[in-house]
Amino acid sequence: MSEKTLSEITYRIRRFNPERDSTPHWEEYRIPYSAGMTVLDGLWRIKETHAPDLAWRSSCRMGVCGSCGMLVNGKARLACNTQVTELGGGTVVVAPLPNFDIVRDLVPELAPMFDTHRALMPYVIRDDAQEQEHPTGEFWQSAHELEQYLQFSYCIKCGCCMAACPTYATDALYSGPMPLGQAHRYNSDTRDGGFSARKRVLAGEAGPWRCHYAGECSRVCPKGVDPAKAIQLMKRELVLDYLRLHKEHCPAPVAKKPTEGKRRDNIPEAPPPTV
Amino acid sequence: MMRDQKLWTWHLAAGVVILFLLGMHMTVMHLNVTVPLKGLNPAGGHPIDWANVVARGKSAFFMVTYVVLLGAALFHGLYGFRNILFELNPASWLKKAVSMVLLLCGLALFVYGTWAAIAGFSLAKAM
Repeated sequence: MSEKTLSEITYRIRRFNPERDSTPHWEEYRIPYSAGMTVLDGLWRIKETHAPDLAWRSSCRMGVCGSCGMLVNGKARLACNTQVTELGGGTVVVAPLPNFDIVRDLVPELAPMFDTHRALMPYVIRDDAQEQEHPTGEFWQSAHELEQYLQFSYCIKCGCCMAACPTYATDALYSGPMPLGQAHRYNSDTRDGGFSARKRVLAGEAGPWRCHYAGECSRVCPKGVDPAKAIQLMKRELVLDYLRLHKEHCPAPVAKKPTEGKRRDNIPEAPPPTV
Repeated sequence: MMRDQKLWTWHLAAGVVILFLLGMHMTVMHLNVTVPLKGLNPAGGHPIDWANVVARGKSAFFMVTYVVLLGAALFHGLYGFRNILFELNPASWLKKAVSMVLLLCGLALFVYGTWAAIAGFSLAKAM
């Protein structure tokens, strides 16, 4: 529907207050439409004018923090990143992300997801703790090596992939696309040497084996990350590791400072630093 | 904890073996006109003609492939079935019981099938 013909918009919101309700229920609100309105803007409008007790999570309003993941018209999306007009007109149906317990209204309980995320050690693991604590320079990494994990590092942990995953919906053992994707992000980072440590969790029954490759996680990701690909790549790495064909990369060394390298003759000398 | 990594790798390997051996089965039994391999149907005619069945039965190569295909198919199928059952979130004791039952079923079927393949080979040899 075009912005010109839209004057009012109806929101159908799934409400649940654990102190008052035994089960979730739906409520409808009509609010005026304004140009450029996002689903999140509409929620703020409803809170201001109709339902001051409506609860959800949001922060940055620009698709960066990953707080406002919710089910909008049947698809897990970021409310701040979804224009009302792109939903095709009609009613905007908003519910909390599925596959999570509901804290209240549109607030899902994300703690289990982050517990699993933490268990998979989503950080750079290296032996040289001294260098990490007191860095003397940057770790060396080529542009090609950066490409191996770059897209997976765009994940904002909004939980949309977990909400869309049919395996996570039914299989309590499955770690889910976000934690597994992030484990792969660090496993494929040449600055990291933590593959063996993460393998203790990944090689077990909570690992990537339970993924059926439905691909829904990649379809809904608001940042364009492809967690399904990360999981398949991780399966390949673990199989190669079992066959002893996995190349354990040494964590990247500290790169030489520009002043320590040998300058080519055809490159002019850098001007002296001004600070 | 590493068990699933091992089982998954064998699951994949069994899949590759099945793919290859079923391809061979298709070639021998169904594509004999398109891909005529004289050695596999030595008597000519239809692959299930008695003379061809006996000829293949006398072959140690076929006996070994039957046993390998049986083992690969049993492992691949039963491991997949186990995964499906585990997605129903059974209790820990039930998981162990399911694994044990499937393992015993698989072993029993493998032993029975291997015996049948060897017995068939011996019978054909005696003809």
